[in-house]
Amino acid sequence: MTTQTTLTTATTPAEQTPPPVRRPARTVRRDRPSRRATVLSHTALSIASLIALFPIAWLAFLSLGPDKSDYLHPGRIWSKVSFSNYSFVLEHTRFFTWLGNTALIAVATSVIGVFMAATAGYAVSRMRFPGHKKLMWLLLVTQMFPVAVLMVPMYVILADLGLIDTFGALILVYCSTAVPYCAWMLKGYFDTIPYEIDEAGRVDGLSPFGTFWRLILPLARPGLAVAGFYTCLTAWGEVAFASTFMLDDSKYTLAVGLSSFVSEHDAQWNYMAATAVLIAIPVSVIFYLVQKHLVTGLTAGGTKG
Amino acid sequence: MTVAVAGAGPKRRSPAQRIKQSWQKHWYAYAMAAPVVVVLGVLVGYPLVQGLYLTLTDANSLNSARTIGVNHIDATYKFIGLHNYADILWGPTAWDRFWSHFLWTIVWTAACVALHYCIGLGLALLLNQKLRGRTLYRMLLILPWAVPTFVTVFSWRIMLGDSGIVNSVLGGLHLPQPAWLEEPHFQQLAAIIVNTWCGVPFMMVSLLGGLQSISADLYEAAEMDGASPWQRFLNVTLPGLRSVSSTVVLLGIIWTFNQFAIIFLLFGNGAPDAQILVTWAYRLGFGQQPRDYAQSAAYGVLLLSILIVFTSFYRRWLARSEKASS
Repeated sequence: MTTQTTLTTATTPAEQTPPPVRRPARTVRRDRPSRRATVLSHTALSIASLIALFPIAWLAFLSLGPDKSDYLHPGRIWSKVSFSNYSFVLEHTRFFTWLGNTALIAVATSVIGVFMAATAGYAVSRMRFPGHKKLMWLLLVTQMFPVAVLMVPMYVILADLGLIDTFGALILVYCSTAVPYCAWMLKGYFDTIPYEIDEAGRVDGLSPFGTFWRLILPLARPGLAVAGFYTCLTAWGEVAFASTFMLDDSKYTLAVGLSSFVSEHDAQWNYMAATAVLIAIPVSVIFYLVQKHLVTGLTAGGTKG
Repeated sequence: MTVAVAGAGPKRRSPAQRIKQSWQKHWYAYAMAAPVVVVLGVLVGYPLVQGLYLTLTDANSLNSARTIGVNHIDATYKFIGLHNYADILWGPTAWDRFWSHFLWTIVWTAACVALHYCIGLGLALLLNQKLRGRTLYRMLLILPWAVPTFVTVFSWRIMLGDSGIVNSVLGGLHLPQPAWLEEPHFQQLAAIIVNTWCGVPFMMVSLLGGLQSISADLYEAAEMDGASPWQRFLNVTLPGLRSVSSTVVLLGIIWTFNQFAIIFLLFGNGAPDAQILVTWAYRLGFGQQPRDYAQSAAYGVLLLSILIVFTSFYRRWLARSEKASS
């Protein structure tokens, strides 16, 4: 048992923080599953992982075939594996511009969005002001908006504000979709932080905002990580708004740039696949960095309405 | 429980002080909630109001205000009252346009959320055991969530295509090879498969979080009482997950009902039978000529009303069942 525990911990990336809440429980007796149960669990998890991984791995494999119809005959790719698609995408398209745009938009959205969600979530969690229930309801209702249908009016408003074809437009739009969910989640997270901390802060003469900024935010870091990650993902992968609001190809995000390889007339699947892999890599890296917070963050927060 | 919350100072103070203090407190609360409210108001509330107005007109891309070159043409659409709603709900072709898609949207939502939840819960239970390499499993299983939807949907399109890997494997096993992306029922099946694949990680992570917050003492106590694993699952795990489940299921339903990207990217404008209401509405507003803004907006309003009604009932039902069980 001990060896097992150490092994599992070892695979977790650099865990400086004391292992989160998840570890202590699960006492020994219940968890010494029979040999057969262990084998079954491993089988089930392996199959599930395979299914989870396969479409992405397949795409990565197809991206190595140099011709645009290679995806039709995957068997032939083995004999002519090359990275020519990657070099084409990196050298002859505006990949890096798009990457920069996407990163800028994703990061800005995360920072602004999480900050807005955190203040709102904190207000709802801690302050019983008139209308706080309505605010929660409002946030939930905004999740229900069929955004695809709001696109025209949104376009008109952004055009009136002179924001079409600017990054600001996308950042605003993404905030408006991601913030409600994050606020809900962070509200749940703040609820788990003892109120005594706020009171202590107040006793020491901090304003409510000071308490929030100096005491609560640092404590809520795992929750913030999850919220930020979620926002970042949303912004990174969004297509519909990005392709409607960004007109100039120097302003494209990766998602839009990617779709430009596959038009009605000429589908360059090979470049598409290579770009897709290049897009997935940064996200996976971010993902790897925050994943240890993900579960703890969602544990405490995500989920309590 | 900690109810003496948020300095709701129970100590006696004079009314004036109390008002002042509460005003101060609320002032902060409003200031902190303001950015969200403003952004949502401008970008969601205002379009909604405008959309509501559009639904009462016969606006389309031929009579709306537009600019061609240097000429600005003013809008000429007119007010027609509730005609759009009537036309959608019981007009001559209401079944083909609205009700069939409505039905499919319900089936789609129910199927997807049920699959998300069951698979997610199963995987979360497996991952919650002490198991060699579970961190690795967890990372692999969350991967579909990390990779942007449009990337994975493209990948699925290749895999499900005519001579894609899925059919090659099925052929190798001497099973039928359906035309996933062409035949209506298989299109629907394909959409559900892809959406399940995309949505399970979120459920899994949320439920895993919920599982880990259930105290081990409860399991021990249940075990002392001689409860079988199945009984422990029914009487400890499921109740322990109640609050997590109710939230993620609600969010799952809302998101799936409004899931735009997957169906849109998988089929584009084709596949009339696999279009759910959202993508159908988008098609009315963008994917055809002339673009029918008014009806598209009316669909939006209908969708929103369906969800709001559903959510109100759901929450009332939750509150009632919670009261009943406690």
